[in-house]
Amino acid sequence: MSTQLATEVQTGERRRRLARRVAVSLLGPLTAGVGVVWALAQPYRVTLLHPHGQGFWNLAVEPPLLVVLVGVLFQLLILPALLEDLAEESDS
Amino acid sequence: MMPPPENVHWLFATAFLGLGLFLLAEAIAGPDIWRKRGWRLYLWPSLCFGMGLFMWPVMVFFTSSTIHMLAHGAWAQVLMLAGAVELGLARGKLHNPIWRITMFIAFFVSGLAFLAHEQNPWLFQRSAFLHHLLGWTFLGASIFPLARTFRPRSAVFASGFALAFVAVAVMLYCDRDIAPVFGHLSPLAGVPHR
Repeated sequence: MSTQLATEVQTGERRRRLARRVAVSLLGPLTAGVGVVWALAQPYRVTLLHPHGQGFWNLAVEPPLLVVLVGVLFQLLILPALLEDLAEESDS
Repeated sequence: MMPPPENVHWLFATAFLGLGLFLLAEAIAGPDIWRKRGWRLYLWPSLCFGMGLFMWPVMVFFTSSTIHMLAHGAWAQVLMLAGAVELGLARGKLHNPIWRITMFIAFFVSGLAFLAHEQNPWLFQRSAFLHHLLGWTFLGASIFPLARTFRPRSAVFASGFALAFVAVAVMLYCDRDIAPVFGHLSPLAGVPHR
């Protein structure tokens, strides 16, 4: 393989790896963002904003906040190790 | 102090969203990277198995008819079966990748159970609409776990499989006990709330 072709292959592979890291990094923020947009679009589904007369379960289970929670937990608990492994693969 | 059924649907929607995110991350990063940490292998199979376990109390306490009870029992069984098989594959107790076909069975049985247990037409009320939609979504999306059994490294099938769970989560989040759908609400359904 000529050096020019080898460089092109390496550049393409590097781009793919970078794209994967960016895509994985976006999963958590996108999920949390969808939850925030949902809460703004349908504030009546966030019963904490108008808790009077609501039972325990309606206050404990708030769909838009659950979506935000999933995104945040993914970002904090799953992503760091995954990014580390992706970076390791890029270095090797 | 029992939660209303719609809250239970939303809790399961959250678990499905988690499943979808884990699988999407695996599809994007690639199976080799995902396997680099042992604990990651067990993430979504354990969640799937756990959802099956939690479906049993739902079956016992929240079903108002035999067909509802059978449908929830079927979901509990297939969720536990698919989760247990994936755990077995992750742990190395099961070796033949054909075992992954249990996830296809889980999708297919889930779809059939949704369609069989909904006795009302699509526009009767929102939950009826969602049950029909979920049933057909599961049946249609069962192509992804089936294809994933034979092409486990395909990013397309892995992504489709993951997005099916995200779609199911969105539908479950839309559920209400009694609510109109596209302006339709049968007078036989009851009084809508919220």
